[in-house]
Amino acid sequence: MNKPLRRIAIFCGVLVLALLIRDNWLQYVRADELNSHKHNRRVQIERYAHERGNIIVDGNPVTGSVETTGSDFKYKRVWKNGPMWAPVTGYSSQAFDASQLESLEDGILTGNDDQLFFDRTLSMFTGEKKTGGNIVTTLNGAAQKAAFEGLGNKKGAVAAIDPRTGAILALASTPSYDPSVFAGNTLKDSDARQKLLKDKDKPMLNRALRETYPPGSTFKVVTAAAALENGLYDDIDAKTDSPLPWTLPQTSVPLKNEGNIPCENASLREALRWSCNTVFGKMSDDLGNEKMIEQTEKFGFNKEIFTPVRADASIYPKDNRPQNAMAGIGQASNRTTPLQMAMVASAIANDGKLMQPYMVAERQAPNLDVIYTHEKEQLGQPLSGENAQKVQQMMETVVNSGTGTNARIDGVTVGGKTGTAQHGLNNSEKPYAWFISYAKTDSGSPVAVAVVVEDGNANRDDISGGGLAAPIARNVMKAVVDSQ
Amino acid sequence: MSVVTNTTTIGAIDAPSRRNTELALVVFAVAISVFAYANVGLALNGELPSGMLGYGIGLALLGGVAHLAVRKFAPYSDPLLLPLATLLNGLGLALIWRLDQSERFQALDTFVPAASKQLLFSAVGVGLLVVVLVALKDHRLLQRYTYISMVVALFLLILPMFFPAVNGAKIWIKIPGVGTIQPGEFAKIIITVFFAGYLMVKRDALALASRRFMGMYLPRGRDLGPILMVWAFSILILVFETDLGSSLLFFGMFVVMLYVATERTSWIVFGLVMSAAGAVGVASFEPHVQDRVEAWLDPFAGWDKVAASEQMAKSLMAFGSGGTLGTGLGQGNSDLIGFAANSDFILATVGEELGLAGMMAVLLIYGLIVERGVRTALAARDPFGKLLAVGLSGSFAIQVFVVAGGVMGLIPLTGMTMPFLAAGGSSVIANWALIGILIRISDTARRPAPAPAPSPDAEMTQVVRP
Repeated sequence: MNKPLRRIAIFCGVLVLALLIRDNWLQYVRADELNSHKHNRRVQIERYAHERGNIIVDGNPVTGSVETTGSDFKYKRVWKNGPMWAPVTGYSSQAFDASQLESLEDGILTGNDDQLFFDRTLSMFTGEKKTGGNIVTTLNGAAQKAAFEGLGNKKGAVAAIDPRTGAILALASTPSYDPSVFAGNTLKDSDARQKLLKDKDKPMLNRALRETYPPGSTFKVVTAAAALENGLYDDIDAKTDSPLPWTLPQTSVPLKNEGNIPCENASLREALRWSCNTVFGKMSDDLGNEKMIEQTEKFGFNKEIFTPVRADASIYPKDNRPQNAMAGIGQASNRTTPLQMAMVASAIANDGKLMQPYMVAERQAPNLDVIYTHEKEQLGQPLSGENAQKVQQMMETVVNSGTGTNARIDGVTVGGKTGTAQHGLNNSEKPYAWFISYAKTDSGSPVAVAVVVEDGNANRDDISGGGLAAPIARNVMKAVVDSQ
Repeated sequence: MSVVTNTTTIGAIDAPSRRNTELALVVFAVAISVFAYANVGLALNGELPSGMLGYGIGLALLGGVAHLAVRKFAPYSDPLLLPLATLLNGLGLALIWRLDQSERFQALDTFVPAASKQLLFSAVGVGLLVVVLVALKDHRLLQRYTYISMVVALFLLILPMFFPAVNGAKIWIKIPGVGTIQPGEFAKIIITVFFAGYLMVKRDALALASRRFMGMYLPRGRDLGPILMVWAFSILILVFETDLGSSLLFFGMFVVMLYVATERTSWIVFGLVMSAAGAVGVASFEPHVQDRVEAWLDPFAGWDKVAASEQMAKSLMAFGSGGTLGTGLGQGNSDLIGFAANSDFILATVGEELGLAGMMAVLLIYGLIVERGVRTALAARDPFGKLLAVGLSGSFAIQVFVVAGGVMGLIPLTGMTMPFLAAGGSSVIANWALIGILIRISDTARRPAPAPAPSPDAEMTQVVRP
């Protein structure tokens, strides 16, 4: 009976071998896939099992972690001045996942990222308590505060960029929310989140990145840049070919200016100073839809921007002639995010070079070793240095003696453009007040900013952009210049 | 086998008994288990667990008593079987204790800590092992009880039918004051005795007095009939009790023993065809089985819908998150699997907390027990002993394969316990008895042959002494 016995021995060996092979396949080959499976609760448990790393502004964390009890999740995220920083950090909730930086940089913040493998292995042996790494942002606390407080209880958003590097300095959105109120996983957290989701003012919407607005007159700087780049006009002080009144092409509708301003054949500088609709509407029509699209796309329109947090794409669409003419003054189907308009201002301020906007300056390992540093990156050159300086002169005239005088800062060169974007059916709703600007010092331009305030002044005839948005922009720029 | 020579000039040399080796290995096994406790305690609470001393002493006593019994009553037995079983039992105790500490379980209304009970059951199991060694001087005694075994096994199998189903399977009987018992675990051993006894007597008839049919040799009905009936009866009972793991186990064991007894490969073919037919048949009318087959084919498909599927998926995720080295004892989340985490799914805890490395070690320990069992069968001098040993170790191997393969998603989950590791009294007691019988057979097999009587002629051929 020994021959079959030996075969049975082999058979038993094969059974064990099959188990070993299956085990290797499961625990070695498929381990990562199973470990990060969307139903795997360990992913959430792990995210809150250790003190989460912090998001850092000006060297100080704007986030923190507190220990909780009564669930799988040991630590809960807390924010310092949550409403102010929410548009930057996003939220990180035990029950409702995470968003924005909290989500995108989760690997570093939890300490589980592959980049931290060595660090993790080392602390396994030294027995150090596991913690997460930090994310050092480019934001400027003073600028953010100026932006957030400037918006106050008005609905709106601010985006500020350092034109020289693309570093995002301020990113405010109001009304905002405190991510701390639903960071846990209790019924109270759930109710708080439901309340935020149902709020008709959409406090959880990041207006600086995720809301597109008609840009209004601020778009005229883009039209001006397109005219200069395409050689339609060359001298900003020479007369343009701009009749008044001017009728929208293919229609019998005259394009109106705001009030009785000197727009007939006005030079580029004067037209921008007074924000002449007729001049820029005709300019856009003269350039045509294709060239306008080309110019806007050089500024970053028509595609999403990752900072790394995603910003919605700003749109300049293919359109018919009258619409294209209206789009040239920012009053048609073209829409932009505040970030995009800040990028426009920053490209002009940086002598035509557009830098990739970013908000993560460094990633730090838990032991504060820097494992990633952002290298500034040029996104493109929407306009030549010469033309950029021409637009700068025009924008500086706007602030010095035009519609944007509210943005003046003593001892600093400021260029800007106001905008009052009408919207709603037959312009029935209150207009959006816009202001884009940049400040310039001896060392180039340290800040470009875009401000939009949704509930404009009740008095529609006021130049709301200059009145409502410009002071906010001014304070943000001043905060940056003062902190240099 | 022993190195006994049959010359008359040189006396028989005793085979080394290896009892000291066994003692050293038992000490090692107990030490590993105690370390496992310390590990869990340090990981969970940052201090050595208060029960560690108790469990350590308990386990050391169990191993020690068993070793002394072996030393006294089975001195030539295989030195690996006892230490390997002790190691698995100790590791199982540590794992069960670790799952007892789970806050998720403690939050449940139905939570009852299982570790202390498991230690008690292990003690009963080791007691049974000692009883086997003391009472069963020679395993051939069991031959006498061939037909009684049959009756007892069938009785044990039928018994749970009169008790309500637990979690979809009717495999438990409830005795007030004692608790629940799974008679199938004991029936497994007893029916092996019947198979071995019957096949030993009939094996020549089965192998030789057969008719050729379609290229295969089929035995006569009067030889095969009775055993086929008993076997078919037990399978039917198990199918109606929806204890699929056990029916697979009985089937595999039967084929293995028949093959060994008759030495005819046709039985393997025959067995595979029958098992395929049976599996398809059962799967087509039993919804319980259909659920499990579906959960096996795509564990993630039934998430939030089918409990079996979700449990399976959670088990796979536990293995996945263990990775190569595991999270460390006490640091995983295998308790997410839920109610069966400390019984059917205890391997998932091994996989998650000890990782691929630990799993392979545990699987190899099981493999080693099985191969020592088959080695015992090879070494046994009598056909009954061979059949009994191969039947017991074969059933052990199949059980390990069915359970481990089930929780790892290699085959559909059928619901049996991992021998020694899983929480469950019947299982641990029955498996200790199984090890006891194997030790007894291996003792008989390895015992040196009695020295031949001195030959009167020897004196004559002696040469000059200095």
